[in-house]
Amino acid sequence: MSTTATVVKTPKKSIWDGGVSPLKASYGKLMMWFFLLSDAFTFSALLITYGTIRFMHPAYDGLFSEFTFSDQHWPIPEKVFNAFPFFHGVDMPLIFVGLMTFILILSSVTMVLAVEAGHRKDQRDVEKWMLWTVIGGITFLGCQAWEWGHFIVGTGTPTILSNGVAFEGANLTQNQYGPPLFADLFFFITGFHGTHVLSGVIINIVIFYNVVMGTYERRGSYEMVEKVGLYWHFVDLVWVFVFTFFYLI
Amino acid sequence: MAHDTNLSPEEQHKKNVKHIIFVALLLFFVTVIEFILAFIWPDTWNRELLNGLFVALTLVKAFYIVAEFMHLKHEVKTLIWSIGFPTVFIIWLLVALVYEGEHMISF
Repeated sequence: MSTTATVVKTPKKSIWDGGVSPLKASYGKLMMWFFLLSDAFTFSALLITYGTIRFMHPAYDGLFSEFTFSDQHWPIPEKVFNAFPFFHGVDMPLIFVGLMTFILILSSVTMVLAVEAGHRKDQRDVEKWMLWTVIGGITFLGCQAWEWGHFIVGTGTPTILSNGVAFEGANLTQNQYGPPLFADLFFFITGFHGTHVLSGVIINIVIFYNVVMGTYERRGSYEMVEKVGLYWHFVDLVWVFVFTFFYLI
Repeated sequence: MAHDTNLSPEEQHKKNVKHIIFVALLLFFVTVIEFILAFIWPDTWNRELLNGLFVALTLVKAFYIVAEFMHLKHEVKTLIWSIGFPTVFIIWLLVALVYEGEHMISF
């Protein structure tokens, strides 16, 4: 008779076996963070390119108050973005951009409040704050549309370019405000950010729909609101940098 | 929005909202300060100093958005570092292009 002892080995648990959350964050949240990191690289590259191209052009070296548009020097942003809807011809430097900044920060605040309501599993509150966030995003996009329209159409007084042509407004090859690349960078940087806002609004609407339909109530967790919140705050974060490096400096 | 175990859900809620409003007001006022600086800065003063102030205030705003609104400050240390550390590549790109920019200008 042979006695074979069966040794039951308990398999060693490794962190790679699954069932755990490394970094104490869910897979979706972690991947959203890494996506945002890569997006941050893209936006940094755009803004640093702006800086480099700006320094490749001669700066305006006269008195600030006597600044005039010319394609021979880089414009002062305050002198370009000084219009406000319904106040035609009134010099209101950066007021409209400032308003857009506040709208976006405000919609970021309503987004945090939605996330906070999600932690409490308060469906009505999440609905309310998500809706405000969507409204804020749409308002921002409307403002940007107006800003682009004004930039493309022009100020009403043409600039004589160095080739002798009187030109008003802006397109990809020439503009009345400064060197051609100034308008190109404006379209590219604010356009790329605007595309992010647009996709953010669409995702927010999808999440809002799911909240209203009770999808997350049944799932027992409002984590999707948190993930879309991360994206929305990132859009706000990028605008903070665009505001400084494109409009203020 | 750190969770304190000895608070009732209602108190916790009030505390969180208070904190959110604090950060929101901070972002609002920093932006207002940037505006005021842009308008009152005299022609004759050093523009570089003003730009330096703008960058510093922007970094303050960025810190509060990432740390509080995006909640990164309250995640585990490894996550904070895996997001924070790669941003040194942005600094590197900035230094590289500003340095190379000299050559691009002279080209």
